[in-house]
Amino acid sequence: MTPLESLLGIVEEIYEQMKDGRIPEIEITTRTKKNIEFKEDSEVWVYGDRKSIRSAKSVKGASQLLKMVYLIGFLKEQLKKGKSSTLREIYYISENWGIAKFNEQLESDRLIEDLEILTGFQRERFNVRPEEDGATVFGPIKIREKTRRGERTIHCQDDVGEGGYQIPTNVDNLEFLDCGADFVIAIETGGMRDRLVENGFDEKFNAIIVHLKGQPARSTRRLLKRLNSELNLPVVVFTDGDPWSYRIFASVAYGSIKSAHLSEYLATPSAKFVGIRPSDIVKFDLPSDKLTDEDVRALNSLLSDPRFGDDFWQKEIRLQLELGRKSEQQALAKYGLDYVTEVYLPERLTELGVL
Amino acid sequence: MKEISVAEFFEKNKHILGYSNPAKSLVTCVKEAVDNSLDACEEAGILPDVFVRIVRVDKSVYRIIVEDNGPGIDKIYIPNVFGKLLYGSRFHSIKQTRGQQGLGISSAVLYAQLTTGKPATVVSKTPKQKAWKMKIAINTKKNEPEILSEEEIVWHRPHGTRIELEIVGSYVRERKQSVYEYIRQTSIVNPHARITFVEPDGKVHEFERVSNEMPKIPKEIKPHPHGIELGTLIAMLKSTKASNLKRFLKEEFVRVGDKTADEILKRSGFSGRENPRSLNRDQAERILKAFGEVQLLPPPTDCLSPIGSDLIVKSLMKEFKPEFVYAVTRRPKVYSGHPFLVEVGIAYGGNIKSDRVEVMRFANKIPLLYQQGGCALTKAVASVNWKSYGLQQSKNELPNAPVVVLVHLASTNIPYVSESKEAVASIPEIVEEVRLALQEVGRRLKDYLDRKQKLQRKRKKEDALAKLISLLAEKVCEVLEREPLNAEIVVARIMGKVYFERSFENGRVLLRVVNYSKARRRFRIYEMCDGSVNGDGEVVNSSPYSTIFWDLELRPDEEVIIEYECGRVINPKPVVEGLEEDIVSGAEVRRSSP
Repeated sequence: MTPLESLLGIVEEIYEQMKDGRIPEIEITTRTKKNIEFKEDSEVWVYGDRKSIRSAKSVKGASQLLKMVYLIGFLKEQLKKGKSSTLREIYYISENWGIAKFNEQLESDRLIEDLEILTGFQRERFNVRPEEDGATVFGPIKIREKTRRGERTIHCQDDVGEGGYQIPTNVDNLEFLDCGADFVIAIETGGMRDRLVENGFDEKFNAIIVHLKGQPARSTRRLLKRLNSELNLPVVVFTDGDPWSYRIFASVAYGSIKSAHLSEYLATPSAKFVGIRPSDIVKFDLPSDKLTDEDVRALNSLLSDPRFGDDFWQKEIRLQLELGRKSEQQALAKYGLDYVTEVYLPERLTELGVL
Repeated sequence: MKEISVAEFFEKNKHILGYSNPAKSLVTCVKEAVDNSLDACEEAGILPDVFVRIVRVDKSVYRIIVEDNGPGIDKIYIPNVFGKLLYGSRFHSIKQTRGQQGLGISSAVLYAQLTTGKPATVVSKTPKQKAWKMKIAINTKKNEPEILSEEEIVWHRPHGTRIELEIVGSYVRERKQSVYEYIRQTSIVNPHARITFVEPDGKVHEFERVSNEMPKIPKEIKPHPHGIELGTLIAMLKSTKASNLKRFLKEEFVRVGDKTADEILKRSGFSGRENPRSLNRDQAERILKAFGEVQLLPPPTDCLSPIGSDLIVKSLMKEFKPEFVYAVTRRPKVYSGHPFLVEVGIAYGGNIKSDRVEVMRFANKIPLLYQQGGCALTKAVASVNWKSYGLQQSKNELPNAPVVVLVHLASTNIPYVSESKEAVASIPEIVEEVRLALQEVGRRLKDYLDRKQKLQRKRKKEDALAKLISLLAEKVCEVLEREPLNAEIVVARIMGKVYFERSFENGRVLLRVVNYSKARRRFRIYEMCDGSVNGDGEVVNSSPYSTIFWDLELRPDEEVIIEYECGRVINPKPVVEGLEEDIVSGAEVRRSSP
């Protein structure tokens, strides 16, 4: 079945229901943390068996179904013409749909994800692209990229500027050629990433430095997965010490709640968490900020998130709630600009068995 | 009773008596005549039919004609009734009387005489006599009637009274203080009366009765010692027939028995054997003081005649055609020895369109048209917190809403602010009762408004859902490039309606009915055909169409398909009877004939 046929199949179902005089409804996997389960063999978190029903018997349900059909109608035209659009463009296009228009982009994003789950196809197969950039890469690795204008071969130290190599949306179009690295370090903030590049961390430790740019895009996560599985490179993640950053780690290592249907494709279960850990704040007496009410709520939410159910995370999160403080990764500069590359990282990476 | 010469008094006190300006004078004259008619009919047990006509004779001269179907007045009494002021004062018998205002019809006769010089023309007939027509004037010095002419005539009524007056007046229409408004309000509080009113321009207004029941005639009671005034006491002493003071107390007052009379006599220093007619002012004062000191049971309250909440509701419905109406008659209470009761009615919305509340005040079934702001009844309405009943209101002002509030105070002694008797005084007991009554009707209004809002919200939601579903059907068919689907059945199912669908197959008509509601439904379906019709329903043949109908009863979720043969179906949709519009889908609802 093609993606288009699969999409139309959903509409077909609604048609049959209405024709029979039945109330149209769609059953869809529940996408909350209550329905996340750990898959033993692939060691990632995927959706469980719980289903939610979108039914037209309420105004809310009917509205959702209507928007879904409008969306499929749009994708049908797009696929027929061979055109593509971004998530944001889709949100704006809905302005023309009358009462079926989206109230915010989050709504249309979610609906696209619903379609991914219902059809089993990734949104790229519907010609839908995300907005955000993928990561930049800096390190001893040579990559061949298929672009619209022909192939490009790029060495991520010799052939790039300070900013590194910008990965494309479709990471499956990349081929790994030579690799002289021993591991991959994925970094949350631009500042810390620049620090490592300036200090020559990649050369000193044979590391590939990947800038996550905050919550990593699917392309970034896919890249890390491929580097790990195809080149057997250990992946470590280095972020700030707050609940949002822990979620960043989780989406790399465990799979996200939003796209748990793609976990096996995007997650790197063996990825390790470097820090900043709450215990680091204590150990290194790092400059810190008070936790906001939102932070506290987020931490408490993590306590019941099944992906953070192991002892390590439970201990660290409770510690942080007790401390009431959070720290940025760049706070390590308290001990000097080189402390992070000379002391903190080597120590931690040795602990983790990467060095 | 002393016959006071008040003719000159009238001149000096026109403003108190209701003749302060030409417009008001016109209203007062009509009022006096109409009140008389209603009173007379009620006493005789006749449902009143009153005819009022105003004719413009000249720039500021009007002729007033009021005619009724009452018992009529005996010929010998006619002159005194119309030509003698204060004739018929009744303070021996205390009951709720309409004609407590002013001096009565004779004041209107006097006013006519003084302004146009014309005498009153009266026609009256009792069942036993012939009709007499008299022209009557008043001798103002002697306070005696003057019969200017009299003749026996043939009249169209078997009994009744008619009065014609020519006065200087001013006819206004658009104000609250107008003859039209007076008559309108009078008809509202006298639901048993029928009033026909013809305006100067010839326009006729019929105020029909909404009840064929005569109002209860209030029982007469004697005055209660706690409510008596000195002047009245003196007059009573002078005119009593009782042989001694003790008998006077026991016979002329209510709630005074042997023991009470003794106590009063003791406190005021009398033996009881005194001649009441010989008491002077000081002595009367002593008795009055003793009255105040003595413990007495409250007066009986069957001397009051309320309108009745049912009739108030009917009246308000007829006059205003609102969407909600409620009325309450409170139980009688007492203030200063005088029994009283309060009735309140409220009408909301529907044909009432104005933004400001209309307050109608009544004292003993007489509309109070003047001094609205200074009246305790109005103030009571403004003092209620209508916001808590769902109406907009600025603090301590009358609410802003399409509402009519009717307040009726019935009492043997209405406390007026001034002698002109246009506004009720703020007696705490009365104000409290009015407020309680208003709050009672307010609560009912709120219930109604809440229900209305809930229903509106439900409708809105249902409309939104129906719209979404039909759009869904449309879009689905568009995307799949198929023929449009009928989404009505889906909507009917979701909303729990009874669904009707007519289709044709091989010359037969198929009627599909599904009960998607949660209750058992019983109803009738009609179809109208051109030509003959063949089926297992009942057929009514009438040219040019035949009608066939079926009586059905369906359980929830039960479905039935009716088949019949027909030339051509006339009605666009099946017609159903016995179901409310909001649970029917795909059929037209026919209202059953009342």
